[in-house]
Amino acid sequence: MSEFLQQLVNGVTWGSVYALIALGYTMVYGILRLINFAHGDVYMLGAFIGLYASGWFHAAENPNPLKALLVLLTSMLLSAGIGMVIERLAYKPVRKSPRLSALITAIGVSLLLENGGLLLFGADPKFFPQIIPAHNISLGMGVVISNQQVIVLAVSLALMIGLRTLVLHTKVGKAMQAVSHNHMAASLMGISVDSIITFTFMIGSALAAAAGVLVALQSPKIEPLMGIMPGLKAFVAAVLGGIGNIPGAVVGGLVMGVAEVMVTGYLSSTYRDAIAFVLLIVILLVRPAGIFGKAVTEKV
Amino acid sequence: MKKLLSPLIVLVLLVGLNAVLPSVLNPYLLQVLMLIGINIILAVSLNLVNGFTGQFSIGHAGFMAVGAYGSAMFTLTQGVPMLAKLTAMGIPAEIAQGALLLVALVLGGLLAALFGYLVGLPSLRLRGDYLAIVTLGFGEIIRVIILNVDAIGGARGLPGIPKWADFFWVFLMVAVVITLARNLAHSTHGRALFAIRDDEIAAEALGVDTTQYKVLAFVLGAFFAGVAGGLFAHFLSYLNPSTFQFTKSIEIIAMVVLGGMGSISGSVLAAIVLTLLPELLRTAGALRMVIYSLMLITLMIVRPQGLLGTAEISLDLMLERVGLKKKPTSPARGGAR
Repeated sequence: MSEFLQQLVNGVTWGSVYALIALGYTMVYGILRLINFAHGDVYMLGAFIGLYASGWFHAAENPNPLKALLVLLTSMLLSAGIGMVIERLAYKPVRKSPRLSALITAIGVSLLLENGGLLLFGADPKFFPQIIPAHNISLGMGVVISNQQVIVLAVSLALMIGLRTLVLHTKVGKAMQAVSHNHMAASLMGISVDSIITFTFMIGSALAAAAGVLVALQSPKIEPLMGIMPGLKAFVAAVLGGIGNIPGAVVGGLVMGVAEVMVTGYLSSTYRDAIAFVLLIVILLVRPAGIFGKAVTEKV
Repeated sequence: MKKLLSPLIVLVLLVGLNAVLPSVLNPYLLQVLMLIGINIILAVSLNLVNGFTGQFSIGHAGFMAVGAYGSAMFTLTQGVPMLAKLTAMGIPAEIAQGALLLVALVLGGLLAALFGYLVGLPSLRLRGDYLAIVTLGFGEIIRVIILNVDAIGGARGLPGIPKWADFFWVFLMVAVVITLARNLAHSTHGRALFAIRDDEIAAEALGVDTTQYKVLAFVLGAFFAGVAGGLFAHFLSYLNPSTFQFTKSIEIIAMVVLGGMGSISGSVLAAIVLTLLPELLRTAGALRMVIYSLMLITLMIVRPQGLLGTAEISLDLMLERVGLKKKPTSPARGGAR
């Protein structure tokens, strides 16, 4: 029982990282109907910017939470800028093109970030500094949680609540909802569709960067190709929850994280990469539009 | 007689080139040429699913893997002993080897087709991106399963496959898949596939059995991906599950989209370009993949409909252009839309 609870704690922590990445996928998809394949690589960039930021702020020398927060915010901010540049330079020109061309562009951007990363950072893994030293907290019943896990959970939760408030209760958020329903109608209401789309990319990229820093905090080996698999799985998580649906992405991410940790714990780690997809196929066969997705009937 | 003429020419050409090329080209160029052939088969077969039928499949590497491992296992367990028996019976080794390779390729293709059928079935319920992600998932599951089955090498890979696939076999299969795709495009069945791509509801209203045709496209596409996989196995003589990663599927998709959805000659052209490009960029060293990805992005921005759009390059059309041939009066001329 205690082992199960321990796995559950680890799974939820890991899942909340997936959820953060999945949110970016789902928001971009909701607004552009584009699978932004480069999103996983923004997560990688987030981790690397975090690494450099820790150097700038000497965050590892005498670690304190304020410096760690500064590292996190710097990474989020710079990644948001990168997201903006990617959207403006690569995605905006293909917005009116067939959707598959946009998808290939996204794949191109993803390849560019990965190989640019290999060029800039080198292929060998880098070690992320201990900006918050680890120590374990006992939760009773033999379940242990590390302070880093607590931070991951707390930061993800805070970001998710922040995102929810932003989307539901601010003017920008309402504009985002409007654009996701209909670009034309939104622009007739005086919403600048272009800047809302850019803003969505920035938010999504910032969330992915936060996920990158949080993961690097726990497993400090980072390398330029680290974003491929988590990116893919976060996308699966977004589809699982019903793509375009914000609560869906969170639930999808959590389901995915827990499932993966359970498979690693009770079955074999070699099957870890397959479980995500098996889960996905099973759920899609039962609910073709994902857990929270609305089935859209096509009209003539 | 006339109908038999062009296949005959192709056969003679293939046999001739097969004899000449190894002495003219260095091994590296020959290998690139073979990879181009295999990639053409993959791109054209995926075009049947994505370009012709409009079903968004991104798990083509999975089918290729099934075909590759299926045919390799046949050759390793059955083919090699049978070759010894056949040559002992006095059949020339060349012919026996070719026949066994053909059997291995067809078996690999059929196995992949079976998987194509299994993946095609959910496509009845799923649309667009949801279908895409299921095919992607299928490809990954196949890879993880191969990784975990020790009998076929697991993570170590499968070595020692006899090197039976030469220029002749690869390009024979290229000719077969192109001919089939072209004939399909001009047939009733092909028109049904295009109708599904353009508007599924309208196609259904016109009496097209959309379910049957979608599955057909998946099965055909998977079969040829399997054949390509088989050729790949018998050409490299070593298989490793990491070859069939999601990035391989993406590579094939890029060929189809870059060539133009539904354009067969476009797929061929793009397969050549996208195979050659990374090779030509080898001199650029570390910058190679950066340039490659930048070119991919630029091409998509400049020509979002692909290099050829839905048009086809054909000999007849070129001859018409230069005025050597009269334009046929029948309105039925024209490529895939």
